[in-house]
Amino acid sequence: MRINCPHCGLRSNDEFSYLGDASVVRPDPAAPNATEAFYAFGYERANIAGPMQELWYHAAGCHAWLVVTRDTRNHEILDVKSAQEVALERQKAAGTAQ
Amino acid sequence: MPRSDRYSIFSVFLEGLRGQTGWGQAWRQATPKPNYDVVIVGGGGHGLATAYYLAKRYGVKNIAVVEKGWIGSGNVGRNTTIVRSNYLLPGNIPFYETSMKLWEGLEQDLNYNAMVSQRGVLNLYHSDAQRDAYARRGNAMRLHGIDSELLDRDAVRSMYPWLNYDNARFPIQGGLLQRRGGTVRHDAVAWGYARGADRLGVDIIENTEVTGFRISNGKISGIETTRGFIGANKVGLAVAGNSSRVAGMAGLTLPIESHVLQAFVSEGIKPFIDGVVTFGAGHFYVSQSDKGGLVFGGDIDGYNTYAQRGNLPVVEDVLEGGMALMPRIGRVRLLRSWGGIMDMSMDGSPIIDRTPIDGLFFNGGWCYGGFKATPASGLCFAHLIARNETHEVARAYRLDRFRTGHMIDEKGMGNQPNLH
Ligand SMILES: Cc1cc2nc3c(=O)[nH]c(=O)nc-3n(C[C@H](O)[C@H](O)[C@H](O)COP(=O)(O)OP(=O)(O)OC[C@H]3O[C@@H](n4cnc5c(N)ncnc54)[C@H](O)[C@@H]3O)c2cc1C
Ligand SMILES: [Zn+2]
Repeated sequence: MRINCPHCGLRSNDEFSYLGDASVVRPDPAAPNATEAFYAFGYERANIAGPMQELWYHAAGCHAWLVVTRDTRNHEILDVKSAQEVALERQKAAGTAQ
Repeated sequence: MPRSDRYSIFSVFLEGLRGQTGWGQAWRQATPKPNYDVVIVGGGGHGLATAYYLAKRYGVKNIAVVEKGWIGSGNVGRNTTIVRSNYLLPGNIPFYETSMKLWEGLEQDLNYNAMVSQRGVLNLYHSDAQRDAYARRGNAMRLHGIDSELLDRDAVRSMYPWLNYDNARFPIQGGLLQRRGGTVRHDAVAWGYARGADRLGVDIIENTEVTGFRISNGKISGIETTRGFIGANKVGLAVAGNSSRVAGMAGLTLPIESHVLQAFVSEGIKPFIDGVVTFGAGHFYVSQSDKGGLVFGGDIDGYNTYAQRGNLPVVEDVLEGGMALMPRIGRVRLLRSWGGIMDMSMDGSPIIDRTPIDGLFFNGGWCYGGFKATPASGLCFAHLIARNETHEVARAYRLDRFRTGHMIDEKGMGNQPNLH
């Protein structure tokens, strides 16, 4: 499995370390349902069989966090973006750009 | 019934004289009935053991095991066959020791040769800190009445003189030995439980995938399968790496991620290593099969996957671990490698519990260590399903422990499944 880092090009997956599902986002601690939301954030995972967005860190390369879309059934990599870019897009979509 | 249904020295002798014509099928090819009292989803070790103990110890009649592939096609037939009960935490120790005791009587109970071999499991330590951690583990085991011995370097050397003791970074300082640990022939465990369950009337339904659940008013009434609907009063899930997928069909989200673990076997060589040895500085464990192959493995690959194969970096890492520990294996050729999908839980420990759906029970989160648990997992799951109460040695394995903060984290890694 090789990941096409936007900064470094195609690299073996052993240069990267894996955090997990990129759709898991830290909830608002002030929200009324914060207890429940933090439980789900900490422990519940969709554990998708199919294309999944995940966080990879290019530890032996540029040290960037990446959002990789990868099919968990066959390891095919469908898309790679910098995590910063994805975060900015999400903020924009949520209308909370700071 | 076939002439020689019970295996014994006499039946082997008799069939030798009669041209091996009296053996029957180990289990029937069952066709699904419209209704069962209990349906177990997943014909791996845990599912089959559950069905066996349900029938044998809890007197439940009318049981089916529904398996999407064939018996033994999952992790039960893919693991490195190591059994041990050298755990540290109170939630785990009694459970794994119950399993060890069941292993010790399994072959007589099942009338099946599962090649249970208590050849000893030796975990090496390579630093003072690691020695202290192993001493603590060994003491915890002894407090629970389980055998464990802390060996110094000379004692390890007298067992395995050819290990690399003076590796500059990871010298061997000693090891923690559990003599009652060892290996069990994995396929034979699946076949033995399948045969035992079949003899007690359990229907083993292979090549039938569960595709959904029928649930109304919060209660289960059966399963949808590729061979149609099968009614059931109670359903138990024991689908290992596919836990999230199958539980998802019942609307549940689990504290589990699926990861791949690879294993390896070398060409057959002469007797070389008579126990199980693990490298404490990297991750490498090895034993030798009766055919002569070295059976070994290491870490999980570390990313979510349902593909039953891994990648080369871990292959390299495992082989490097092996070379650091036992340079002698450098000339041995690798025969095969394969992978299996692990249900990695958020604290590295399993779950045997009810679910929020009435009549639906869950068994999973076994991570890379569920083979050794097979007998106790089956027993405790059967107890839970039959009596609707938790078996005393499985009380800690609750589904809601992540919510209540009662995690059982042997390694102290937190909620990062790929680090357990
Ligand atoms: C490479 C490797 C090495 C390992 N080494 C060890 C070891 O040395 N010691 C140890 O203790 N443990 C080890 N393990 C872990 C151990 O093998 C597993 O934890 C254990 O086998 C899981 O339980 P099981 O036997 O019931 O799983 P499985 O045999 O995987 O059974 C689950 C079954 O569910 C079926 N299934 C899934 N979805 C469906 C569906 N929708 N409908 C019907 N059926 C379905 C699958 O086909 C499968 O047969 C290892 C695992 C691997 C992969
Ligand atoms: Zn990079």
